[in-house]
Amino acid sequence: MDPVLLARVQFAMTIMFHYIFPPLTIGLGWMIFMYNTRYQENGNLVFRQLAQFWTRIFAVTFVLGVVTGITMEFQFGTNWAGYSRFVGDIFGAPLAAEGVFAFFLESSFLGILLYGRKRVSQKLYWFSSLMVAVGATASAFWIVVANSWQQTPAGFEVVTEMVNGVEVQKAVLTNFWEAVFNPSTLPRYSHVITGAITVGVFFILGTSAWQVLKGRNTEFFRMSMRTAIVPCFAIILLTMIVGHKHGHQVAETQPAKLAAFEGIWETQTAAPLMLFGLPDQEGERNRFAVQVPGMVSLMVGGKFDTEIQGLKDFPPEDRPPVAIAFWAFHLMFYMGMWMAFIAFIGVIFWINKKLLDHRLYLKLCAFTVPVPFLANEVGWVAAEVGRQPWVVYNLLRTQDAISKSVPAGQVLASITMFTLIYALLFGLWIYLLRTQFKKGPDSIETLAAEVE
Amino acid sequence: MEALQIIWFLIIGILIIGYAILDGFDLGVGFWHLFAKKKGERTAFIHSIEPFWDGNEVWLVTAGGALFAAFPPVYATVFSGFYLAMMLVLLGLIFRAVGIEFRNKIESKTWVKVWDISFFVGSVLPTVVYGVAIGNLLQGLELDPIGDYTGSFFALLNPFALFCGVVGLAMFAHHGALYLSMKLEGEMAETASKWAQKAWYAFLFTLMPTLAYGVKFCISGDYRILPMIFIVLTLVVNSAAFMLNKKKKAKEAFLASSVTIAFLMLAVATALFPNMVPCTNNPEWSLTVFNSSSSQLTLLSMLIIAVIGMPIVLGYTYFIHRVFKDKVKVHKD
Repeated sequence: MDPVLLARVQFAMTIMFHYIFPPLTIGLGWMIFMYNTRYQENGNLVFRQLAQFWTRIFAVTFVLGVVTGITMEFQFGTNWAGYSRFVGDIFGAPLAAEGVFAFFLESSFLGILLYGRKRVSQKLYWFSSLMVAVGATASAFWIVVANSWQQTPAGFEVVTEMVNGVEVQKAVLTNFWEAVFNPSTLPRYSHVITGAITVGVFFILGTSAWQVLKGRNTEFFRMSMRTAIVPCFAIILLTMIVGHKHGHQVAETQPAKLAAFEGIWETQTAAPLMLFGLPDQEGERNRFAVQVPGMVSLMVGGKFDTEIQGLKDFPPEDRPPVAIAFWAFHLMFYMGMWMAFIAFIGVIFWINKKLLDHRLYLKLCAFTVPVPFLANEVGWVAAEVGRQPWVVYNLLRTQDAISKSVPAGQVLASITMFTLIYALLFGLWIYLLRTQFKKGPDSIETLAAEVE
Repeated sequence: MEALQIIWFLIIGILIIGYAILDGFDLGVGFWHLFAKKKGERTAFIHSIEPFWDGNEVWLVTAGGALFAAFPPVYATVFSGFYLAMMLVLLGLIFRAVGIEFRNKIESKTWVKVWDISFFVGSVLPTVVYGVAIGNLLQGLELDPIGDYTGSFFALLNPFALFCGVVGLAMFAHHGALYLSMKLEGEMAETASKWAQKAWYAFLFTLMPTLAYGVKFCISGDYRILPMIFIVLTLVVNSAAFMLNKKKKAKEAFLASSVTIAFLMLAVATALFPNMVPCTNNPEWSLTVFNSSSSQLTLLSMLIIAVIGMPIVLGYTYFIHRVFKDKVKVHKD
């Protein structure tokens, strides 16, 4: 077995599984904060009930985010020693900063949020829920900083040094802030965060709709839906707007990636937008293409005569796998459209107060629950596959980044281990979520007694 | 530059010590979990660490990140060299976390039993592996010129390293039992205090031969006097922990055990210094504090991050322990 392929399979699998959880906790974190704020303002127990129930869902999810996240931090060293030596001078700092500035904050205040209701004042409880949301959002920042540096490296120089008679190359930091705020950090961070919140709000909308359909605690879950619909609409629009901005940055800084996203082979003006098609890497063309003329040029440059660089401008060994990048990107886009549609209908129903009477709409919402998860996943697939064959864009090839000392057999063993454990964890997660939904929230009476 | 490199060696040392003291007690609680026979007792064990374990593990994550940032070649060599061991640590950490968080979510005998076992195994496994890893670092590894480990997995399971693994287990068992005796009430606190005594003997009796053999790493190092001082301090404070526990001063005993852990780790650190990963086949290829660090700018930037961040972190840690300072009740069932 090819050790590079194995290392890549393991990384893809573990990161994709990990990324089910953090976006959900980021989105839920902010919704829980909103509920706590409303309760703080008006003392309406319904909001306390909402906060309490969704905090339970948060807790079950959070722990899986934590344990699958530790895997990620270890994995740079275990499977990508070549990468670690090359980028350590730059890449390690954001990971350490994430621990210091985000994880400690989040984990400490989460302790209060989950177990400290009766031990702290209402105000401190409210503050804790804010800190948990801030912590989750801040940790995403440092991770996006690290990953963005791989996409658009800045603030560094590559030096060659002799280590025990062997020539070794590495990237060395020359400007901390340039590396942190490299050209893609902010466009990507804004898209990642809005995309993550999308997962949380659509999760509340969809799972609540499902409960209403089932007739469980309908009063409560109707209220949940009502609180989620406007955030859904606002955040999906925002995600698309910042995503569009991020697209501009990709066109500017990673032209090969943009060309792969859009399946553009020839450098051209009035580049068409391919809605459907099968990019053919060998044949350097697209099959069955359905195209809108000029649209890519228009979207990137604002006018039809914007020139878009095609894949043929890059040597074949420097091109990403076009079909995967193209389809991941387009699926993300189509799923975004679908969510916008659901949220838009929802807002209209919400204004007309009919939101909860349409069983078809409730069903659509329930079926939409996996969509934002998948959209986030394929969005990252597009981002990471689009960067190939580089692990650090134009500097280090993925094949040169692996741990040479780890035998392929051991990687295969760990892949097997992760597959089994993660399948088990996923099953447990679903099972516990179902239990929580079946149990429903504590009744208003219980909460009223608790307050007194 | 050299000062910065040494400072970073110390900071990573502090992070690892912080991890060993803090996660050490909840790993230790995991070790005793199956020794408690009643369901209510086990539930109390979980409650005693519930608000803390996650924050404690962040010390490991931060130590890993800091090692990556400050000494990338060391991070690369150790993590890839100890590949299967690291996977075992991950396996353990996953199962214990899930055990702690999921155990009390569902009322079913089998469910609770499965997570009790998973919490125990998930606590013991990483503890032993940490000890084995330290044992191997003290002895040095077989490396190639770039620093890739060239030995086999089974070479890591040598007698000295395995002994260190047992020492680690006994040390955390002692620490965890003292934590329980401090944190629980009544009969269970008494039992935990007795457990601590037993674990103390186990710790001492495994530590002595390990030290007897380990002295050779101390005197072959560049700073032979320092590790010796720390070992003496370890033994002194460790005896104090025993006395205090006997006098039923649970809090003070726990603190003494924390200091013991810190001194023992400092003994390891000073015995290694300036090496971080000694190379056995060619000492010149050893990864040292001075040949394996990041650039001056990176170390400096990170130092600023640490200076701003670490006091805040200590603040959180203190604050959360204050909020949850009450003793945990043991329900009889």
